[in-house]
Amino acid sequence: MTALLDVRNLVTTFPGGAGTGLRAVDDVSFQLARGEVLGLVGESGSGKSVTGFSIMGLVDWPGKIAEGQIIFDGSDLAKASVETRRSLRGRRIAMVFQDPMMTLNPVLRVGTQMTEALHAHEKIGKAEARARARDALGLVGMPSPEERLDAYPHQLSGGMRQRVAIAIAFLHRPDLIVADEPTTALDVTIQAQIISEFQKLTEDSGTAVIWITHDLAIVSGLADRIAVMYGGRIVEAGGIAEVLERPRHPYTRGLIQSVPSENSRGTRLTQIPGVTPSLINMPEGCAFRTRCARATAACVQRPGRFGDEDSYHRCFHPHEEALR
Amino acid sequence: MSMTQERANAAAYGAERPLLELRQISRRFGSSPDLAARIAIALGAAKPAPVVHALDRVDLSIRRGEVLGLVGESGCGKSTLGRIAAGILQPSEGTVLWEGEDRNGFRGRRLRDADLKAQMIFQNPMAALNPRMNVETLVAEAPKIHGLIKGPVGEYVDDYLRKAGFDPTMKRRLPHQFSGGQRARVNIARALAVQPDFLVCDESVAALDVSIQAQILNLFMDLREQLDLTYLFVSHDLGVVEHISDRVAIMYLGRVIEEAPVEEVFARPNHPYTQQLLAEVPRIRPGKRRFAAMKGELPSPLNPPKGCHFHPRCPFAFERCRTEAPATREIAPGHRSACHLNDQSAA
Repeated sequence: MTALLDVRNLVTTFPGGAGTGLRAVDDVSFQLARGEVLGLVGESGSGKSVTGFSIMGLVDWPGKIAEGQIIFDGSDLAKASVETRRSLRGRRIAMVFQDPMMTLNPVLRVGTQMTEALHAHEKIGKAEARARARDALGLVGMPSPEERLDAYPHQLSGGMRQRVAIAIAFLHRPDLIVADEPTTALDVTIQAQIISEFQKLTEDSGTAVIWITHDLAIVSGLADRIAVMYGGRIVEAGGIAEVLERPRHPYTRGLIQSVPSENSRGTRLTQIPGVTPSLINMPEGCAFRTRCARATAACVQRPGRFGDEDSYHRCFHPHEEALR
Repeated sequence: MSMTQERANAAAYGAERPLLELRQISRRFGSSPDLAARIAIALGAAKPAPVVHALDRVDLSIRRGEVLGLVGESGCGKSTLGRIAAGILQPSEGTVLWEGEDRNGFRGRRLRDADLKAQMIFQNPMAALNPRMNVETLVAEAPKIHGLIKGPVGEYVDDYLRKAGFDPTMKRRLPHQFSGGQRARVNIARALAVQPDFLVCDESVAALDVSIQAQILNLFMDLREQLDLTYLFVSHDLGVVEHISDRVAIMYLGRVIEEAPVEEVFARPNHPYTQQLLAEVPRIRPGKRRFAAMKGELPSPLNPPKGCHFHPRCPFAFERCRTEAPATREIAPGHRSACHLNDQSAA
């Protein structure tokens, strides 16, 4: 099976620091099959969102994709022209952002924005576009979609706005959706509603998803595979059960243990000491070594990938035992 | 209240008198119309200004030394309740009892002491810190004004910074020079510096990264032991509340609809809203699952539904729920719930 998306040794840099600039995304590789859901997990500043932006071709100047390939359905997006990328964006690759107001224009009616997206890629009549926009709203569980087409974004609640954003992303039934923390700003009950609609849509249309989040709990129930990022690199990747039950990288393990669970009540959480280093003073070698209890002199060298393409970690002293 | 009644109450709770007790607290937000506006409204020429019913006759008590978790969706009134408990907001109706005495009756020194004993830690540490004051000034400000510092100021500040896990050598820096986790620690040190008994934590860990959140939660638990603190922990994150609380109160649209010890509420949730809310607690469990969804959204507090506020979203709602607000009843020791279904099963 050929992969729908094959990211190879991607490096995205921003100017600053010494030498070649700040490597916000540093040697990131992963593959995604059609219909597969990849959870891209990390904390603030880990490079997970910039990875998503790089795939979308939305890295703004002065940031740039410095090295590597993003092979989407056989062609390399990292070298594609602006026009090629524009024709793919919204049609075959779509993105859902954390803040739906980033997607929605506050001075245009919902219907206008949705039909605009349709007209951008297809030659269809006004009435047909409106009908399709209405159907798309219905699919994401929007009550009375016909009336909502005439509403402005500020008239909708946060959850309803995010439904509109998702409906726009699904208008062209894309092959790939990059979802960047789409439910982080929402209440738990609304979050569950949105994820449930999202799940139905991707399964029905066979859309592959990169779900970018800091929330391991969501990813554990949603994704097929998981990639954990730290300091711009994927430090561990693999099948969801494999990584969560037997995390090998100390950071992955620490992250899982940091989340309060039903068993942790009244006890101290196992915490990772220290703070995430900024890109400007990232430690040499393994970026996590300054916070890691297992670090030795060997960690000053940069760890390579141990394992195969689908399942690997970057640690000289990996854990072998299962968690708990 | 007579002494016998008070003793009876204490016996019912199985403990001494609570540190803080909220009785029939209501809070409305909205402008009160002036004379011209009142005449215009009376004549039908103008509509009354909208009034938000943030809290509707809430009863809640917090015992000394316990952690009470307060949970609910955005807009349910949990922050308003937290602010009233901390004493920085006055209720529209109802009484707040501090150590058994009506806080409204406090004057002078008693008022100041009671105010200092209840402190609040806010969600956004950057908004709570003056960006032009360094850490030492920020932490020293309140205790200096209230004359709590007996010895040198520097030592006093260092002591509280260390308690909050903040390196005192960095105290001359400004808030913007720190990360979110460190700012959270400064805020905690600042609240602790006036030697409170009671802390209201309003979404205090919501803005932090997972690994930093774990550090701060551990800090809260350590401080509770060291300083014998009582917490009202306001959060939308059920996982966090389950971890840190002894007791949990669940709010829906301005009312506390269920209240119980934490094991009890997670094992045997009674109110239909609690049951559905707890079904959504995110857990790390590998394996794809269907995300089931509660229908509908939280209605607007401008115009809350009649009867039980939850009835439009409740799968078990019947006629009585639409007309009559359910009373809170004790359904098991320490477990109180406001749902008409409890009357039915009892009958």
